[in-house]
Amino acid sequence: MSAEPVAVRPETPVALPKLPSTAVLSVRAFRCWLLMYQRTWRASVWSSVFGPLFYLGAMGYGLGSLVDKNGTASLGGVPYVVFVAPAVLAVQAMNSGLTNALFPVFGGMHWNKIYLAARATMLRPGDIFRGHLLFMTMRITMNSACFIVIMAAFGLIKSPWAVLLLPASALLGFAFATPSAAWAVTLDHDTQMNYPIRFGAVPLMLFSGTFFPVTQLPGWIRPLAYATPLWHGVALCRALSLGDLDAGAAAIHVGYLVALAALGLWWGGRTYRRRLYV
Amino acid sequence: MPEVLVRARGLTKRFGGFTAVDGINFDLFRGEAFGFLGPNGAGKSSTMRMLGCVSPPTGGELTILGGDPVRDGAQIRAHLGVVPQEDTLDSELSVRENLLVYGRYFGLPRKLISERTDQLLDFVQLTERADDQVDPLSGGMKRRLTIARSLINDPDILILDEPTTGLDPQARHVVWDRLFTLKQRGVTLILTTHYMDEAEQLCDRLVVMDHGTIAAEGTPRELIAQYSTAEVLELRFAPGTQEVAVEKIKDLSPERLEVTADRLLLYAADGDEFLARVHAAGIEPLTELVRRSTLEDVFLHLTGRTLID
Repeated sequence: MSAEPVAVRPETPVALPKLPSTAVLSVRAFRCWLLMYQRTWRASVWSSVFGPLFYLGAMGYGLGSLVDKNGTASLGGVPYVVFVAPAVLAVQAMNSGLTNALFPVFGGMHWNKIYLAARATMLRPGDIFRGHLLFMTMRITMNSACFIVIMAAFGLIKSPWAVLLLPASALLGFAFATPSAAWAVTLDHDTQMNYPIRFGAVPLMLFSGTFFPVTQLPGWIRPLAYATPLWHGVALCRALSLGDLDAGAAAIHVGYLVALAALGLWWGGRTYRRRLYV
Repeated sequence: MPEVLVRARGLTKRFGGFTAVDGINFDLFRGEAFGFLGPNGAGKSSTMRMLGCVSPPTGGELTILGGDPVRDGAQIRAHLGVVPQEDTLDSELSVRENLLVYGRYFGLPRKLISERTDQLLDFVQLTERADDQVDPLSGGMKRRLTIARSLINDPDILILDEPTTGLDPQARHVVWDRLFTLKQRGVTLILTTHYMDEAEQLCDRLVVMDHGTIAAEGTPRELIAQYSTAEVLELRFAPGTQEVAVEKIKDLSPERLEVTADRLLLYAADGDEFLARVHAAGIEPLTELVRRSTLEDVFLHLTGRTLID
């Protein structure tokens, strides 16, 4: 052991190693969620499979049998179930984005405290945020893939463009997940999470051209529908599934969703830092 | 002169208008066990969070392992082990998986994590529970697991915020025993506590905190020598008779007298000698005890309060 005095020189940090890139650190956070999912995935399988089946059965075939009797001209001439399936896919991606962001993020702060454990390590708030988003995106994509396979199995896909349904619905879910996570990390009470679902997701699902074309709404209310993220997601998914894709419109839909996702990423960077570095 | 691992000068933490830590100074040297002693709300946990690089200081200087906790927080944390006041274990995972997840956060290879996990679980006596879920473990076991987890990255400094609060006496002794072993192995420890015996047993050096400031600093022995007498005479009286006794004892002009709700504390170099004088004065306590001074007496002297209200 050296008897030499070792002075601290704050301007030259000595023993501290270089930090890995933020991508590496984010993947480390992601892998933690992956390990937990390996323990709990069974419970989520049922909702991923039966959710779409129930929706398509009730709305598509049940309600659809009534709708189709009155003619389907306003639906673009396709059976109601073909019209509604890509929209239900979009709704499901939105819900997947919301639920995979809100509750686990709140839990990371208050229930299982994964965030609080992780922040004591090399991970920074931004790494924790992005790592969790990677996992949410994986779950959203898995749910969408499951839905699309079921759609295809029932013969509800009418266009080769439908191969893009997976990235489109994943983007939609991601665009809902980033601001939801950014907000959920700031919450102190779990009941607050009911508001975006009750007053956000439910009206969006009903009035975004999901179960009927927006043109059926009164003219003055239509711009409101066009302004919602779900309408853009529904329109994009429906165009891809039916094959009546307009490049300009698709660019606007994608641009809108990318902008919303980017806003959530920026916001979450701030809220995660503020909540984890107190 | 040993290596300085942490240096704090005028370290301050404010939350809005509330000052939790009010300009404290201290140094931490490699290999020592350094304690923050104080009641709830004294600013101990706020200080620990700043040391853990998860809470940017509002003022003053703080250098940890040669780095700036705001600029180099993540790099510094790579060399810290943290045992928080509230467990942050993942109850859905097994004991072993909790260490795996944590080790991966530090980017350690699986093989190394596995080797260290075996050693650490052996060290905290949880080898037999390695593959069990965390949820059903007792409070003491969870705390030991948290300690094992905090050591997975072989930290230079281990930070423990009230490591035995909420544990039953037996579980507390097991934790103390493990921490003492770590200290013997040369691990640098920083801990907060409001238990006197914990501070006396574990800390080479400690500071007494009160209202966000440091009231005194030194080794347990130094603090006792400076702020207390060698011995203390504790007297209890039958209900209603204490007040009369206090007046009589004041006539004996003790070096120092503290009156608490249920007893009198008389500070004297020789407790037995003073007790003889009490008897000679015709005062008859219910119970009498002569003991050596402890840090509790130091704290009482410095703040006029006991540590656990």
